[in-house]
Formats: sequence, structure tokens, C-alpha cells
Amino acid sequence: MRLVLEPRPTHSWPAAVAAPIVAIALTLLAGGVLFALIGRDPVEALATYFFEPLTDAWALQEIVVKATPLALIALGLSLCFLSNNWNIGAEGQFVVGAICGGGIAVAVQGTEAGGWVLPAMILAGMIGGAAYALLPAVLKVRFGASEILTSLMLVYIAELLLDYLVRGPWRDPQGFNFPTTAPFEDAAIMPLLIEGSRVHWGAAVALVGALVMTAMLGRTLSGFKIILVGQAPRAGRFAGFSDKRLVLTTFAVSGALAGLAGVMEVAGPIGQLQPDISPGYGFTAIIVALLGRLHPIGIVAAALFLALTFIGGESAQITLKVPLDLTLVFQGILLFFVLACDTLVVYRLRIAKRSTTS
Amino acid sequence: MTLFEAVLLTVITASTPLLLAALGELVAERAGVLNLGVEGMMIMGAACGFAGAYLTGSTFIGAACGVAAGVAMAAIFALLTLGLAANQVASGLTLTIVGLGLSGLIGGSFVGQKIEAAPQAHIPWLSDLPLIGRALFAQDGFVYASWLLLGLTAWFLYRSRGGLILRAVGDNPHSAHALGYGVRTIRLWAVLFGGGCAGLAGAYLPLAYTPFWVSGMTAGRGWIALALVVFSSWLPGRLAIGAYLFGAVSILQLHAQGAGLALPPQVMTALPYLATIVVLVVVSALRRQAGSAAPASLGLAFVPER
Repeated sequence: MRLVLEPRPTHSWPAAVAAPIVAIALTLLAGGVLFALIGRDPVEALATYFFEPLTDAWALQEIVVKATPLALIALGLSLCFLSNNWNIGAEGQFVVGAICGGGIAVAVQGTEAGGWVLPAMILAGMIGGAAYALLPAVLKVRFGASEILTSLMLVYIAELLLDYLVRGPWRDPQGFNFPTTAPFEDAAIMPLLIEGSRVHWGAAVALVGALVMTAMLGRTLSGFKIILVGQAPRAGRFAGFSDKRLVLTTFAVSGALAGLAGVMEVAGPIGQLQPDISPGYGFTAIIVALLGRLHPIGIVAAALFLALTFIGGESAQITLKVPLDLTLVFQGILLFFVLACDTLVVYRLRIAKRSTTS
Repeated sequence: MTLFEAVLLTVITASTPLLLAALGELVAERAGVLNLGVEGMMIMGAACGFAGAYLTGSTFIGAACGVAAGVAMAAIFALLTLGLAANQVASGLTLTIVGLGLSGLIGGSFVGQKIEAAPQAHIPWLSDLPLIGRALFAQDGFVYASWLLLGLTAWFLYRSRGGLILRAVGDNPHSAHALGYGVRTIRLWAVLFGGGCAGLAGAYLPLAYTPFWVSGMTAGRGWIALALVVFSSWLPGRLAIGAYLFGAVSILQLHAQGAGLALPPQVMTALPYLATIVVLVVVSALRRQAGSAAPASLGLAFVPER
């Protein structure tokens, strides 16, 4: 007796919707086991992790704050993944966006600069992120270098660049030698969406972005191209679509969105440049994109859930004294189940009595 | 010890984890499986290796724990990609994320602890040879294990029947299946071997390279090992050359800093990552003219037809 994978004759829609939900349920189950293993009451721990943040107004706002960069980055990544390009360097594009936008904020410090500063920062962040994402794309198209490895290597380089800048030329002279820039001035700060919270207009931008992308993917030729080339590259070539140009476009859009997320993060909740500006948004966004099944609306929902794991992890660290690394483990387990459940959308699991081929 | 001896010695120690991890990945990729989780398997090998060595006081048991951790991680990957035919790229990333998190949990209680570094061989007369004596005959067991594995892998892939079948599975799984070979079983063994090698490579870091545990201490070496496999055109001999070249680059930064080169330390740290990109681009550009050397079915799932 053994398990056999059988391709489903048609794409199963109920399975496609159920898969992410089943994945989350299985993650919670595995999380309970994990908590029991490290000697915590599973029910209480899971409640602290995944339920308590939902009952607290401040925590709910923080979920939105953290879901904003996750959703923006994942929206871009989904375009790459849909067209079979593996951009896994979004973390680097996020950092470069923050550097390019933050550089303007540093440059105008003490100059009474006006309302043009924030728009200029956002533009610079998007251009910076797009340019940084185009590096692996160009290397792939021009030389055939694996975009997976080059985009990842660029993450380390971007982080080192930021580290150099905030410890060196951009360090706040009045900052008691802390490795940060001076706090951004008001003209360089994102306006708030909800007064008294940290939720800024980026949340609205992410939501609009998701709606625009839904329309683009479902109703326009460019959306059709992306999906066609991703699913059937040969058919795409026969239809005359340039897959090289598609690589460049999807990487550029993805980088621009990651850069936008980066600049809004430093101009929003952080308010300055510092060596550490992301708890791994660029990598978590990969999970967000896949959990959201590469669909813009699904991505927004998935971003909220993964933001919950960040907030839950922080509060569990304080109240349950569990290490923060647990968040990463949860996110990894979630991705594991997402992939496992995805299989069941495409294949049917069947128990075969004995191998019929021999 | 002369400067030449010192450089040679440090190049070999810095290259050993790269060589070990890349060797395992090379075998897995030859069987057609692209496991991007090398970094995750390595860091788990490092955490479990340190835990094992610290609790038992034995480097050997530590190394065994590292290998076991790597194999266990690889088994998760095999379950996803071979059992469930999941996407190999995403599954590899899963392994990296889980590995980074779990290793932090395991290593958390060992932060700040120190262990005895792995003992180094001493062979009378040979170890005292000028210039090469220290580098070749007074290393720790990991270095000799890496040389042994290199030889065995090269022999297995090109001189044994098993190696021929494994390469056939990587190049054309459907034909291999039609000939009656268990494609997924062979791939499973290749993936587990890759995990064991990555675990050993990870264990090398806290057991011999720096005798303590630091969270995230693999610092991208797993990804560099993946790039080395591309660099090697999937040939073990070239892989060894690549690993030692890379070790030399990362050592160069230390000696440059020692010599008082006035560059920001971040530039020096970025050097291996930059070198990886340059090497990938050059090798891929050269390969474009000669045709790809990659196993033909690399990264593609195989589901046997009934």
C-alpha cells in the first residue's frame, strides 16, 4: 500500500480556496505541539500568540502597520512568481528604497524644505528599489545568471551599504555616537491615516495597489502576458510575447514596490535610518505571496495574518518568555503547509493497494 | 610560521565548510533536485553540532549531531518536493526559514558558551615540513573528511554504476523510470546525502572555525555553496578549485585589514557576496556559448505516470 499523486483533470476551485485555510489550521496545530515541546501550555500559548492581539486596539493597529510593507512587497513578488521569475532579494530592494528615500531626508535636514520632500523621497525610493531589482534581472536576461542567487547576494550587500552609511557619512553628529541618522524632520514623515496610532497612508496605498493589480491581472493584456508566459512559456513565445522584457518589467515593478515599502517604513514608523530597519519583511513577503495564492486580494489577507505572527511573537516574548526566533519557526512551518496543501490543489492523493506498473 | 604558511592554513580552514556543503548540493543537483535550503541545513548543523559537542564534550559526537540535523532537514525537503511534488525553489526557502528560526531556539541556551576546538592532527615529521606541512598534515578531522568525501564523490559519480544511474535520473527521469529505476528513491538518497554534507559543513563552524555559537553564524555560506555548484559546472574537481578560491577571497579580507588597508570594514565583508555575483555572471556568460552544463531536469518535479 502506498500513496500515489494523481493529477486532477481540472483545476479544483474549492480546493484552491480551502488550501490556505487548511495550511493555517495545520500550522496552529503544529505550533501547539511546538509549544508543548518547549514546556508551555499549548492552548494558552496559542491564545497569546494568535488571538490576544486581535482583542487589543493598539495591537490591531500594529498589525496594519506591519501588514503594509508585507502586502506591498508581496504584490510585487507575486508578479515575478506568476511569470516564473524567482526574485528572492526583496529584502535588499526594500533596504535600497529606504536608503534612496532616506538620503533625501538626510540631505534636507535643517533647510526648512517644504512639501516636495516626501513625494521626492517616495519617488527616489521606488526608483532605487526598481534599479536594484533590475540588476539581477539584467544579469539573468543578458548573461543567464541565476536570479535566485544574485538577488539574494544583493540583500547582504544592501544591508552592508546601509550599515556603512548610518555608521559613517550619514550618522547624526548629535546622536551620542549611536549608529542612526538624525530623526527625520516633519516634512519627511508619512502623514498618519489614523491619528494617535502609527498607521500611516501606506496602508491605503497597499490596498489601492491590490485593487489596481486585481484589475490589471484580470482585465489587461499585460496581466494576461504575465500569466501566460509563467504557465506556458512556449505558448507565450509563439504568441510573440517577449519573455526577456517580461523578466525586466516584473522585476522592476517588484523592486519599485519593495522600495516604496522601504521608504515608507523609514519615513513612517521608524522615522530615521538605522542599521536594522526590517524584521525580514522581504523574506516573509515570499510566504505572504504564496499563502495569498499569488492573488492580490489573497495577498492582503495573508499579509494581515503574517503581521499577526510578528505581533503575536513580540507579545509572546514578553508574557510567555519564549524566544523571538519562534516567529521565524512559525512562518517556516506555515510555508511548509502552504506548499504541501498546494499540491492537493493540483493533484489528488490516492491510496494504491499495490503498484500497478511493473 | 611564515606569512605564506599562515595564509595557506587559513584559506583551507575557511574553504572547508564551502567545499563540504557544495559537494552535497552537487550530488543532489546531479540527481535533478535543486535544494535551495543549504543555508538552513547548515545553520541547523551548526546549532545541533555545538549543542552535541557542548553537552558531551566530544567533537565527534558534535559532528554526528550536525550531520543528523542536516539529514533531518533534508528529509523535510524531500517530503515536500519528492513526496508531494511541491515547487523546489519555495521548498528550499522553507528550509532556510525554518532552519534559521529553529537554530536560534536550539542555540539560544548556548550563547556565550565556549568549547574546546576540534583537535588537529600531528603526524611526526610530515606535520613539520616547511611551507606545506601545517596546511596539509596538521588539520582537524573535518578537513580530511572533506578531502575524503571529495574523492569518494568524484569516484562515485563517474566511476561507479550507481553514479551513472544517479546522473541519468538527473538528466532524464522519465527514461530512468522507464528502465525501472526508482527515480524518487534515488533522489531521496541524493537529497539526504546533501543534507548530511551541509550539516557537517555547518557543524564545522562552531566546532573548529570559531569555537562558540553565534545566531546566524553561517552568514550566507550556504548560498555561496549553491553558487559554487553552478561555478563548478557540476564537476567535483572544479568544485574544489572554486571552494578554495572563495576561501581565499574571504581570507584576503582579513589579511587586507591586518595590513592596514583603509577601506570601510563593510566593503571587506561584502567582498565574498560581490565575488559570488561576478563569478556567477562570468560562468553563466561563458556557458551560454558552450551550452548549459546543468543536469537537464534540474529543479523539475517528477511524478511517475501510472
